[in-house]
Amino acid sequence: MKTFETRLAGALAGAACLSMIALATPASAQDLQGEYKVGLVNFLSGAAAGPFGIPARNAAEIVVEAINKGAVPAPYDTAGIAGARVVPVIIDEASSQVVADYRNLVERDGVGAVLGYTSSGNCAAIAPVAEDIQALTIFFDCGTPQVFESIVTSPKYLFRTGATATMDNVAAARYLLDKGMTSPRIAGINQNYAYGQDSWEDFSASVEALLPDANIVSSQFPTLGSGQYGSEISSLLTQTPDVVHSSLWGGDMEAFVLQAAGRGIFQRSTVILTGGETAMFRPVQFQEGTVIGARGPHGVLAPESELNTWFRNLYMERFGTWPTYPSYKMAMAVLGLKAAADKAGSTDKDAVAASLKGLEFDSPSGVVRMAIAGGHQAIQDMVYGVYSVNAETKQPELVERVEYAAECVNPPDGAKALEWIKGGFEGAKCD
Amino acid sequence: MIVATAVVLDALTYAGWLFLAAVGLTLIYGVMRILNMAHGGFYAFGAYTAAWGVGALTTAGFPAAASFLVLFGAAILVGVVCGLLVERGFLRFMYGRDEVLMVLVTYALFLIMEDLAKLIWGTDPYFAFQPYLYFGTVEVNGLPYQVYDLLFIALALLVGAGLWWGINRTRLGMLMQVVIENREVAMAMGINVARIFTVTFVIGTMLGALGGALTAPKISVNPGIGVEVIVLSFAVVVIGGLGSMAGSIVGALIVGFVRALSVHFFPEFEVFVVYLVMAAILSVRPHGLFAQKEGRKI
Repeated sequence: MKTFETRLAGALAGAACLSMIALATPASAQDLQGEYKVGLVNFLSGAAAGPFGIPARNAAEIVVEAINKGAVPAPYDTAGIAGARVVPVIIDEASSQVVADYRNLVERDGVGAVLGYTSSGNCAAIAPVAEDIQALTIFFDCGTPQVFESIVTSPKYLFRTGATATMDNVAAARYLLDKGMTSPRIAGINQNYAYGQDSWEDFSASVEALLPDANIVSSQFPTLGSGQYGSEISSLLTQTPDVVHSSLWGGDMEAFVLQAAGRGIFQRSTVILTGGETAMFRPVQFQEGTVIGARGPHGVLAPESELNTWFRNLYMERFGTWPTYPSYKMAMAVLGLKAAADKAGSTDKDAVAASLKGLEFDSPSGVVRMAIAGGHQAIQDMVYGVYSVNAETKQPELVERVEYAAECVNPPDGAKALEWIKGGFEGAKCD
Repeated sequence: MIVATAVVLDALTYAGWLFLAAVGLTLIYGVMRILNMAHGGFYAFGAYTAAWGVGALTTAGFPAAASFLVLFGAAILVGVVCGLLVERGFLRFMYGRDEVLMVLVTYALFLIMEDLAKLIWGTDPYFAFQPYLYFGTVEVNGLPYQVYDLLFIALALLVGAGLWWGINRTRLGMLMQVVIENREVAMAMGINVARIFTVTFVIGTMLGALGGALTAPKISVNPGIGVEVIVLSFAVVVIGGLGSMAGSIVGALIVGFVRALSVHFFPEFEVFVVYLVMAAILSVRPHGLFAQKEGRKI
């Protein structure tokens, strides 16, 4: 039978152990008060899940975990969002009732903010509803400039922390100019929906403005998710373009590259894939010399920083692969929300919205400036690189990088992208 | 001249692919009167199994030529396993029900298969490009063309001829024809209709899976690939006439040529031109080009 002293000693030792465990936990993480429910909407099924939805959800998972632990490097080293524990509510963007799902997130699940949406079509559908029901909503990836140019022109609760597709395409045209291609024959292959059409419109208008002697010889618009590009590739081959511009993404882009590689498109033309970075580490038969973008300074094109190194390594450690641009853009959105709420000192939607408006915040992709659409739309620098396989490491990399300042490839506040392009890029700062 | 060559080759290769993807749908409807929405699921399972198999074979160090066996092996495996499971496990309890109900049942099966594919293979894409690049390219009239794509024409002809021979020259085919003609009379004559249905469904499933398996090397195999193909397959069989083998061939050729002409001359119309032609044909021949007239049964 144990004596009283033995039991007392055991109890004291146990209490000491518990105290040590408590002390070992970061003090800031212990101070979290209350919960802040955040809706995360990503493609968890369908063709966009693999290249976009899952990498974005993965990024949200590790960043939210780190935020709750107070483990993100400075300036995000305080735990939680405005002192509250972040509770993610995850739903699938691949839904036939996207708006109803969104409303359920806000009205039934009671989330304080919604982060998500890759599809431009879905963003177009959600944007007016967000303002209508006054729900703080941050689009992280969709690219169509129409969101703030024609759908919601006076936003209060709607934000987009990822840049529009305009800068991808203006930068692509400037890239041709910088490479001395003054009169190239140009063809395009872009998906037949808002994002693809806007991308081609911005690119072709930029080409007309910057390269007046260029000749646009073909513009293909395959159906989204078609997967069969034999005819489109034949058309590109018969028109003998010097440059092929494409904003194809995900499985469509990967299938196009596979089918085009064997038929010599990459040898005959300079191919620019504005969002090709998502497939960089996949065996899709990218050819040396392909010009690849990441829809901003993301992934292997992200600037070196402590935040970037932390994010890349953490992602690799958890998921066994390097993060691509959807992961970076989701991390950017989550950190943007934290930056705004921390600055406001509150998770109240009006306070966060007021704080996020016009905010400049740090991210693994460098500085993000909510500079246009009245401070609701982000701009960033744009980078293109040339695909190459490193002879020593045998790993793919993007070399010969060309960078464009955010103010050079994004319209100024208040200007509509296409009008700005057609008007000769008035106010662009490219030096 | 090079554009004409491109249009003809593009149309024929696309038609070949479409025929391979859609012929199983026609066979099953022709014999069983089931509009099988699960066909897209069989296509996707064929593609995934093939891509996974080719990847495993390549990792194990087998030569690329061996991966062709995997493509056909995947179709047979999926055909037998999925075909038997679906027909014996679900459809046989539904025979004799309204055709619309069968559409709903098979659509539900399609959705289940979509989720099953995610559970089994995940959401990351699979690549099986080795067979696609194996034969390289050939120049036709100055136009480089992937030999693998041209093989779709040959394979479609082979499958079409094989099915014609099977239906018209074998005992099983004759029995199928009797079942197509009149199910009740076939039963009265002692034909085991249930067995004919099972065999037909397995063959139809195998053909759907073959379409997916042969497509896998030229695409990124990812969730949702069965959706687009089921829509196009329906367009083909509806244009040709539900249940008509000849109709499937003609339907695939019409869609192939219309799409190729659109891509080369009016690319902005590509997204709907196939359905425009389908609507035009159905407005003149509501049951498709080759639909057989059915006597009214009392």
